[in-house]
This record gives sequence, structure tokens and C-alpha cells, in this order.
Amino acid sequence: MNKVVKNAAEAISGVEDGMTLMVGGFGLCGIPENAISALSASGVKGLTCISNNAGIDNFGLGILLQNKQIHKMISSYVGENSEFERQLLHGELEVELIPQGTLAERCRAGGAGIPAFFVPAGAGTEVAEGKEIRMLNGKPHLLETALEADFAFVKAWKGDTLGNLVYRQTANNFNHPMAMAGKITVAEVEELVEAGTLDPNFIHTPGIFVQRIFQGSSYEKRIERVTTRE
Amino acid sequence: MALTKEQIAQRIAQELCDGYYVNLGIGIPTLVANYIPEGMEVILQSENGILGMGPFPYPDEVDADLINAGKQTVTVVQGASYFDSSMSFAMIRGGHVDLTVLGAFEVTDQGDIASWKIPGKMVKGMGGAMDLVASAKNIIVAMQHCSKDGESKLLKECTLPLTGIKCVKRIVSDLAVIDVTENGFKLIERAPGVSVEDIRNATQGRLIVEGNIPEMKF
Repeated sequence: MNKVVKNAAEAISGVEDGMTLMVGGFGLCGIPENAISALSASGVKGLTCISNNAGIDNFGLGILLQNKQIHKMISSYVGENSEFERQLLHGELEVELIPQGTLAERCRAGGAGIPAFFVPAGAGTEVAEGKEIRMLNGKPHLLETALEADFAFVKAWKGDTLGNLVYRQTANNFNHPMAMAGKITVAEVEELVEAGTLDPNFIHTPGIFVQRIFQGSSYEKRIERVTTRE
Repeated sequence: MALTKEQIAQRIAQELCDGYYVNLGIGIPTLVANYIPEGMEVILQSENGILGMGPFPYPDEVDADLINAGKQTVTVVQGASYFDSSMSFAMIRGGHVDLTVLGAFEVTDQGDIASWKIPGKMVKGMGGAMDLVASAKNIIVAMQHCSKDGESKLLKECTLPLTGIKCVKRIVSDLAVIDVTENGFKLIERAPGVSVEDIRNATQGRLIVEGNIPEMKF
């Protein structure tokens, strides 16, 4: 078994126009920077991207938006990006907004073999439109379906040659549930180690969910809102 | 006198109990963390994956991998834990978070809330707000009682798209503390120097006033 690929360019091989991709991260925290750069360079287009956010104008998924490589975004919050707004208002981009917890669970369910589930989030709101509603425990719940992707691109702190992943602090976020839901899950890591190096007690994503892994490079790790105290 | 944002936060902090797990939304709710009573242990949840969120970092502690749900850099307290987004919302959906404090554009006397979308303006998305309001055991809304034009934001029906229905339990505005009951808004406390009549005039939804209404104490 060889999951290790040389670099991001090799890791994205097989991504084609019109595919659905999951992209991990929360804001700019824990995003797969190397894979996004490689997708940008590849020129692949017509993508549907499932990602909690859409990056900022010149970083994260904002890069693919600027290149007009994205046809549709499935997200919970997209407010930090003026190019996104321009494309949306000009009808160049489709957007589906999903409550954040429902989005995370739809990814997890996709990887866990649960085709649909009921949640209360969105009951009585426009999110409920067109969905089956059932009263459970005395409250209305919406039937939500699992999400899957042709490729899931995730970023971890450490990973081993068998694809076991460990995240750092809040950079886990959507990476773990999305890693579960990719037909091909590509992990990029800050530190790639030999199998047996990571403590099995502290693996966040077991390697069975990961098909390709590579050592990333030149991480910028931009911060959206540096906030400090005196 | 109407309360300042800091005073709204300070009044909400009086609702905290020792051992509470609390999720604080963006804006005024974030300020509540500054008024946790001395000696009380309250654990803050941030839905991007922290239990035990601490204060903002000193400049030399800033870490790109450690942010809150508002994408601000933060720290954690001793005994904190990190987790992924589906685990985080399992805590929220499962009713394990004791108290959620969030802002709102409008609330109704039935406990409906509108807080995420203003038609005609850019739609940014609901983030975690719909999950939080649909599942939290206890929801306190921190808000201004009226818009800048003086229009009431405590209504019979929301005019803006809903975030959730029949979920708000208590409102702390710049004018009053108000509970949402089966029969409508119930006035609990007045801001210092604000009369019952002032509050009645600023409230479009049904307002119940029973007995003597005390002033808030700080």
C-alpha cells in the first residue's frame, strides 16, 4: 500500500471539470493551502465546492473564485469575500447555504454510511423549504441527506505514511468529517512521518479514510482577525 | 438611561451559574466573558472546536491554529479540549451546552428570532446560529430594544427571515429584561431610570406587566 504522493500536483491528479470537492478548514484556519494552489494552477473548472467558508479575496478558496473555477459553493458562511459577492450578484455563481452543524453532520454521515437523518436546525425557516418535516420529541425536525464528494482535500498537523492524521488546536474543524466523506481523500500535512511514529492513542482520523497523503510546504497560515489584549 | 453594550453583557453575566457550559455569539454576547463573577467556573464553548476558551492572546501568543468562531485569535484555559465541527455540534444539538447567548435583529413574543439575513443586502449565511437556536436548552438574546429609527425590534411577527421558532427564553435589551412566556413578553426588570411606560412604548409585541417591576442591579 502506498498512499504517499510526492506533492500537491500529484495529489490532485484525477480532479476533472465539474467534480464535487470538499475542502476542509474554518475561515482560513486549517485549510489545505497546497492543494488549493495546485487546483488553481491546474485550471480545472466548473467545480462544486463544499466548504464551511469561501476564503478571502486572494487566499483560500478565494483564489479559485477569482479564477472562476467554482460553479457552486455549498457553505454555512461566506461573508468575507468581495469577489464572491460580485459573482453571486451577477449570477455567475450558485450558492447553497446550510446551517453549520447540519453541514458538518452531512459530511460525517456521508462517510459513515448514514444516507439521511433528522435535525431540528432550520425548522420553521427557509432552510426547511422542500424538506420532509417530522415531529420528534415534540419538536419539528428536518430530513437532511448525507454529502459525499469526488475528492475531499484536508489539512492536518501530522500524518503518517498509512494516512493516520493528527490535527492541531482548532485547525481540525471540518477536516475530520470531510476526510470521512471523500471518495478520494487527499491529506496534506505539515509533518509526514513513518507509520508507527504517531501514538495510536492520539490519532484523530484513522488512515482508512485517507487515500493520498503528502508533506505540504510553505504554509502561510494567514489570520483573518488578529485580536490581542494589552 | 438605556444600558450600554457593556452593561447588557454585565446583566447577562448575572444569569451564569457555577459549572455552566456556555456558547457566546459574536458582538455583545462575546463581552459577557468579561463579567463572569469571581470564583465562578464557567466553561466557554466555541463552535469551531473549543471547550474552555480563554481570553484574547498577548501579542507574542498569537497562533493561526487557535481561533474562535468569529475567526479572532484566542487562547484556552487549563483543562480545555479541541474537537472537530461535527463533534462540536453534537454537543450543541445534544443539549449539553447549558446556555447560549446570541444577538438578534428581531424577536417575537412567541420566542421566534431573526438574526441572519436582511433581504436586499448581501447574504452571508447563517453559520451556526440556526443549529444553536434550534437545540440550546436556554437561549438569552442580547439586543437593542429599538432600531436606530426608533422602531421596536420586539415584535408580534418577525419581518425578516427567521433563524428559529419558539426558542428564545429571555431577552436582555438596553431597556429591560424580558422573558418569553406562553402569553407573550413578560417584563422582569427595567434598566435604571427607564419607566414601564418607556418599555411599553418600545415594545410592539404583547407585553405582560405584573406588579412592581424592579430596576436592574449591577
